[in-house]
Amino acid sequence: MQRIVARPWFRRRRVGLGWRPVTWEGWLVTAVAVGLAIGDLAAVRGSGARVPIFILVLAAYVVVALVTGGAGAEPVVAEAGDERVVPAEPADALARRPVRRVPLALPGTPVLVVEHLTKQFGERVAVDDVSFAVAAGEVFGFLGPNGAGKTTTVRMLGTLIAPTSGSAVVAGVPLTPANGVEIRQRIAVMPENPGLYLRLTVTENLEFFAGLYGIEQPRDRLTAALEAVNLHTRANDLCGDLSKGLRQRVGLARALLNDPAVIFLDEPTSGLDPVATREVHGLIDSLRDRGVTVFLTTHRLEEAERLCDRVAILNTSLRTIGRTDELRDRLFHKRLMVTTAAQLPNAAQVFAGLPGVTGWQNSDSIGYELAVTDAKLAAPAVARALVAAGADILSLVEERHSLEDIYLELVDDDVEAHRR
Amino acid sequence: MSLGRIGAVVRKELRDFRRNRFLIGTMSVMPFVFLISPMITLFRIPASAPASLVNRSVGVTSLLLFVVPAVIPPIMAAYSVIGERDQGTLEPFLTTPIRREELLLAKALAVFIPSVTVAYGIYFVFAISVRFGATHVVSAAVWHAPQMLAQLAFTPLIAVWAIWVGIAMSVRARDVRVAQQLATLASLPALGVTTLITFQVITPSVPLAVGLALGLLVIDIAAWRLVSQLFDRERLITGARAQAARTVV
Repeated sequence: MQRIVARPWFRRRRVGLGWRPVTWEGWLVTAVAVGLAIGDLAAVRGSGARVPIFILVLAAYVVVALVTGGAGAEPVVAEAGDERVVPAEPADALARRPVRRVPLALPGTPVLVVEHLTKQFGERVAVDDVSFAVAAGEVFGFLGPNGAGKTTTVRMLGTLIAPTSGSAVVAGVPLTPANGVEIRQRIAVMPENPGLYLRLTVTENLEFFAGLYGIEQPRDRLTAALEAVNLHTRANDLCGDLSKGLRQRVGLARALLNDPAVIFLDEPTSGLDPVATREVHGLIDSLRDRGVTVFLTTHRLEEAERLCDRVAILNTSLRTIGRTDELRDRLFHKRLMVTTAAQLPNAAQVFAGLPGVTGWQNSDSIGYELAVTDAKLAAPAVARALVAAGADILSLVEERHSLEDIYLELVDDDVEAHRR
Repeated sequence: MSLGRIGAVVRKELRDFRRNRFLIGTMSVMPFVFLISPMITLFRIPASAPASLVNRSVGVTSLLLFVVPAVIPPIMAAYSVIGERDQGTLEPFLTTPIRREELLLAKALAVFIPSVTVAYGIYFVFAISVRFGATHVVSAAVWHAPQMLAQLAFTPLIAVWAIWVGIAMSVRARDVRVAQQLATLASLPALGVTTLITFQVITPSVPLAVGLALGLLVIDIAAWRLVSQLFDRERLITGARAQAARTVV
């Protein structure tokens, strides 16, 4: 069990005698002591009258080094059994903490409203007239090829860059230059590169961001965030020593610190191995369970299909938006694929007039593609008709289109055109 | 203005500096390079040396001591913003609620504290060494109250000027090395006045010292405002200058 403890100002040297300052307070005390001692020596210059003061300074320094063994302000995570362990906050504090919600972010109501958002860099249009809304608690996927404008959109909504035109309301706050601080207080953005300070430990990184969010008692929040991403055992490791997957987890822990109304995750699994990817997926699932709104940009279509309630496909302009099954219905005709043991002697007669069936064609000698309006209505009727016609049915399945099919349908032509 | 956010950045920066061996090495070695040669010169001045020689030698040494607050801070400051971009930490940093004035002030403080500490430390070592190692005429010239006060007052003022020049380069340059080189060059004019005084082109006096100090203070404050105006999140993130929105958003 990991507990929060106060870091001592000095540590006993492993080799040799004495103590070593380990915090800035320790170094300050050391500097003052050295300064006083040298000053005293300089002042006497041979008289010897003030040498006792010099001795007193050294004695005081030693006393401070001894006394501050358990004092200090820097929280770290230490192993259980440490004598200085203080009572810790509940480990699942973050999970039990009610997710902070801004007044406009009631469940189901839009927490993100984007209208006609456009961004131009010189003559190049990066994002063109994009409009959508994301409900509170929704996991919203933002898909598109490289250069489609996904990251630019996230940067605009995160107040990093200004839109050329259009408007947006982010976490209940209108996107204006004057509202930048207020918006950034209510959201969290995790870029593709988690952007950690590699010479600092995990705890120090999180402490820094907690300070920027103005979290007054960060220790329990830090512990909870680390527990949420299963990193409590690595709290004192330097971020530079962590694998890419672990760094992504630290980035996610950082994104949880301020209980954001919306978390923007920009390609969170980019470059991760399958195990680390699955862990990140689990974390996003847990965010959904806690009611956090997640805005996920990704290249990985299976990831979006698995995690997102709705997806938008962007290629500079918004190509489509909706639930995956809605998009499937919108873009593709529904089909039933029928395979029989032998060719039907009069297929036209068998399939004619069946409810829900609007047409048919041979896919091969014993296979038939039936265009249907409603597969649930048509499939039983087709099965009955085939049995009545004496056909032996080998298979009767609805043709399923993946998100990849939808994506390619919408984006592939653009990409090809761009390449040409 | 949030002191909490400023404190958080300063603590982070100081921790990062402390673990940066290259920076620690530079900050440790460079001042001693400036210190050793003039100290040897001062130690070799005999007690019978004329006052003009003593004053000129002490003046040159004082000038060299001003190089420490003029040269170290801009190198560190020039790295402060563009360095964040280089290591990929700038974007997450800028998506927090920190205001640009807070960010810049915190970055400046984080450079100011160690560089002025080093500059004072070096001066302290110098003064003590002269007291014990040099003849009494040299010691008296160095331990001259106005001389010491000027050293103590101008060190932070020169450092602050150098820091703002460094940060200005850091928020506009696209490469760390370019920023550091430009910052070092741009901070040197601050030494011009000191040089003129040291070589007695300008006669030092208390009113002149107070006037120069006040002038530097005003310039330092103006530099903070100017650098705040130069700070452009969009340019830092995308490399492109922010364009005015056609529609108010």
